[in-house]
Amino acid sequence: MTATGFILPGLEDPAARPFWDGTSRGELLIQACGSCGATRMPPRPMCPACRSIDVAWKKVSGRGRVWSFVVPHPPLLPAYAEVAPYNVIVVELEDDPSIRLVGNLVASADGGINEVDPATIRIGEPVRVVFAQIEDVALPRWVRA
Amino acid sequence: MANTIKDRTAIVGIAQTRFGKGIEDSELSLACQAISMALDDAGIAPKDVDGLVAFSMEDGREVEVARNLGLGGITFFGQVGYGGGAGCGTTGHAALAVASGQCEVAVAWRARKRADKGSRPWAQTSSRIDNPWQWSRPWGLLRPVDEIAVLTRRYMHEYGATRDHLANVAIAFRKHANRNPHATMKDKTLTREQYMSARWVSEPLCLFDNCLETDGALAVVIVSAERAKDLRHPPAYIHSYAQGIPPQHQVMTNFFCEDPLAGPSHTAAKRLWANSDIKPGDIDVAQIYDAFSPLIPLSLEGYGFCKRGEGASFTDDGALEWPNGKLPTNTAGGGMSEAYVHGFNLVVEGVRQMRGTSTSQVEGAESCLVTSGEGVPTSALVLRR
Repeated sequence: MTATGFILPGLEDPAARPFWDGTSRGELLIQACGSCGATRMPPRPMCPACRSIDVAWKKVSGRGRVWSFVVPHPPLLPAYAEVAPYNVIVVELEDDPSIRLVGNLVASADGGINEVDPATIRIGEPVRVVFAQIEDVALPRWVRA
Repeated sequence: MANTIKDRTAIVGIAQTRFGKGIEDSELSLACQAISMALDDAGIAPKDVDGLVAFSMEDGREVEVARNLGLGGITFFGQVGYGGGAGCGTTGHAALAVASGQCEVAVAWRARKRADKGSRPWAQTSSRIDNPWQWSRPWGLLRPVDEIAVLTRRYMHEYGATRDHLANVAIAFRKHANRNPHATMKDKTLTREQYMSARWVSEPLCLFDNCLETDGALAVVIVSAERAKDLRHPPAYIHSYAQGIPPQHQVMTNFFCEDPLAGPSHTAAKRLWANSDIKPGDIDVAQIYDAFSPLIPLSLEGYGFCKRGEGASFTDDGALEWPNGKLPTNTAGGGMSEAYVHGFNLVVEGVRQMRGTSTSQVEGAESCLVTSGEGVPTSALVLRR
């Protein structure tokens, strides 16, 4: 179990490592093909458009829109049950709407994932990325833009 | 279509153990009990079994099943992955093996002890993950229900589906379970008011949008159509079979692909109907995988019973209910009200409908669609009398 009880990336997946290195620098990066430039997330070794294994990482603006959201209630793992009900949002990126990322809508980077009233969340509302430091991981979360 | 398996094999034996919570027998024992009864139902001796197809999530491996039941030499064995997507897959693989001469008597089964809270797969997640779930679980999408709730909210937004549509699903299946003496929910009715006031599990999904948690096992026996004619029950012919993984799919968190609401059922449906003389409009009764209620409208669209976005309203006016609905669905109660054994009970109920022995028997039913998990790599069967 992690110290906080949250599930966190292991940071040992070579395809994913540049993403997490980026968040730790305060940058939101998405994987792109080093050959044809097609973007893809979640990261993987091969480009499904051209089959190149050359990889580039592209910095995006960190602006997006809520594509969907849910509000989980217990039974949940203990660390999540403690803050439930909380929100989970799926964000489509403004720079590249084909890319969607899972996150939480928070009031501030260090805010709780249960602080925004879920009744106020709307599909399509604009959001902006922030980074919450949890143990050794900078987890992207989102505030209203 | 040259050389398909159309009507070349049939399901000739079915069985199930009791369904419950806290059953003491191991999954292996339950599997062996179900297979033993299914062989007796078919009137086939264990020594004649030479094919086995298992869920890859199954505890009881082929070797253990074979040596417990005293099976003969096994010349075809295999496994199908992705949990609830595998029910029709194991049955279909068995049919492919029999039709192509790799074995003569094949058994497919699922045994599961899911009622114990310690058996919840999502609760066993380690705290550091490097697999694709690192892109969803850290933020609290922990359970399958959370992942399906993401799709549900988006589906409601795009097409105007409502909780009333999901209630249509839950209530229809509960009514069927109330008629089935073996169903977990045989004595518990469900009203729309109860549905609407139920506790949330993952908004917009409430308790009654979720399947049961069940201990139990079921099995089917598959032989050639020729051999089936000489056995004791009317054969349920396997008319068509398909699996489906759509482009850019992940295990269940498929909201990263281009069109997340067109799930695996859309892919499976193309092959299923291409190889079938029976079309969606001809289907008399359906068993549609229902780990969660929104999988029903999504599957109705995927398998072509209606257009994209019309799956929710399809459920209106009792459309899924026996005896008068336009498509009586999950006539034994399904995963939501009979038992959740990874959808294998849907295969067995499909066979009962073809035999004419369901507790909610569709009069004169000649064909039945059976599907496995929508949202995960899936599979489907068209059965006919």
